[in-house]
Amino acid sequence: MNPQATTALKTRASVKAPPAPPTGTISLLGTTALLFEAPGELALASQQRIWALSREAQDWPEVREAVPGMNNLMLTFARPPRDAKALAALEARVHAAWDAAIALPLEGRVVELPVVYGGEGGPHMADVVSHTGLSVEEIVELHSAPTYPVYALGSHPGYCYLGGMDPRIATPRRKVPVLSIPGGAVSIGGAQTGVSASAGPSGWNTIGSTSMCFFDPAQDPPAMLQPGDMIRFRVEGIIR
Amino acid sequence: MIEVLSTAALATVQDAGRKGSLRWGVGTSGAMDNLALAAGNLMLGNDANAAAIEVPVFPFKVRFDEDCAFALTGADCAARLDDTPLMPWWVHQAHAGQVLTLGLPQGGAQRGSRAMLCVAGGVDVPEVLGSRSTQLRGAFGGHEGRALRRGDVLRAGRAGEPCRTHFGLVPPSLTLPLQADGVPAVRVLPAAEYLGFETSSRAAFWAGEWKITAQSDRYGYRLEGEALRPIAPMEIRSHGIVPGVIQVPHSGQPIIQMRDAQPSGGYPKFGTVIEADLWRLGQAPIGSRIRFVEVSWAEAVAALDETEAWLHKVSRIVDLHRSAPQRK
Repeated sequence: MNPQATTALKTRASVKAPPAPPTGTISLLGTTALLFEAPGELALASQQRIWALSREAQDWPEVREAVPGMNNLMLTFARPPRDAKALAALEARVHAAWDAAIALPLEGRVVELPVVYGGEGGPHMADVVSHTGLSVEEIVELHSAPTYPVYALGSHPGYCYLGGMDPRIATPRRKVPVLSIPGGAVSIGGAQTGVSASAGPSGWNTIGSTSMCFFDPAQDPPAMLQPGDMIRFRVEGIIR
Repeated sequence: MIEVLSTAALATVQDAGRKGSLRWGVGTSGAMDNLALAAGNLMLGNDANAAAIEVPVFPFKVRFDEDCAFALTGADCAARLDDTPLMPWWVHQAHAGQVLTLGLPQGGAQRGSRAMLCVAGGVDVPEVLGSRSTQLRGAFGGHEGRALRRGDVLRAGRAGEPCRTHFGLVPPSLTLPLQADGVPAVRVLPAAEYLGFETSSRAAFWAGEWKITAQSDRYGYRLEGEALRPIAPMEIRSHGIVPGVIQVPHSGQPIIQMRDAQPSGGYPKFGTVIEADLWRLGQAPIGSRIRFVEVSWAEAVAALDETEAWLHKVSRIVDLHRSAPQRK
């Protein structure tokens, strides 16, 4: 390990164990991108500032794409900053823009999704029941009560990360991921819930299913939902 | 037209990748060996980012239904045009009816794992969201959003047109070699959770050899070596990630995200293989071993400059060949 690299390490990498300082943290994703993480607990107010920061940073010449996550923002580089000084200047700009960012209260469409809970389309309902100690009816009631804001898109084309799930139905991700869950699977992973937009592997617990086309590459924008839109799950049926 | 004759799955149409749709959950895809793609295209006078066929499983066979110039780059696969052996990293001319066969990668410890078949004018498939790369999860882009199958027919953008052939390049595996203690190496910048791992795990990461297991593909490479242990469990919110990110799941065995990786994730990130070295990983065979070398930001940017300089040099060499009088 050369001394230069050691210095870079100390200044660039951040320890996750202690709480983040109030201005947020920045880390590198190789020479491809940097990641800004907002301080504090996961919250809609922070996400609204992330949306504001994202809109601003998208116009910076160094930035190819500003990609919101869950209370964080990835900036991919149009060209990586030429040297450590230019990188430090960009990082300072991100911090300053975050400090100045005013919550952007996006209020998009409310989309209602009819969900059939349990049965073949919800094979892991029993695991959520055994983890939470709640009945199927209680889980369905708690899951279908909120209006969930779309925080960000990610994972696969059209997939929405949602905020606002009732912590009482939080259930850890599965120890062994399922090789493929179908599109439209409604699932719980830790304190988050979501709907898969296409078939693929998942470590989350699938409790129901819905049918909705979340992504069409021929449309502009190709994703049906945007950050700030909201999802409501309407109970269409419960199968035991 | 080019007809796929082999049943070998997993060959896909790829260009330099789909950049700018991450915010809709769309990963980049793109060639696993971006230098092979760019160099093959330059040799044919194509745009460096034109689409080509990436072949990871052999043998692979296609028949040219019309005259077409093509370039073979990436892994040296003992290629034959009908019965004639072909040079790797070389521009060839196929005539209507000829069959191209790619065999197993050769070259002993230096062998690659993916061949790139570039054709005159590029593989002509529709551009979707700014790219011709196959998006397997989203089932769009490339050829019908999926891997190629026997009977598929692809069109080369400039088939039938005259194209300078019969020249080649020295591959980047020879001109830009990188090893550590005699083992192929890739360079890494530490990532957000690096210091959240035990000191001994951090030392082991740089000191050890890592085997690329059979559970490795365009989505990611699962490695095998000394397990990496976090000081304390880390809970991480879903965030954007890029190809090259080295995630460490609960098992402690790292996974390197590759070109088909999803654009977000939540496992602790140990480091990121720098963009300049992703082509090396793209050619690392299953079962082979690699080492990681720590670099600074300045060194990582310089490495990117080095690959760009190599491609500029390729352009100049190709210009010389293409402007020289043709001889057979």
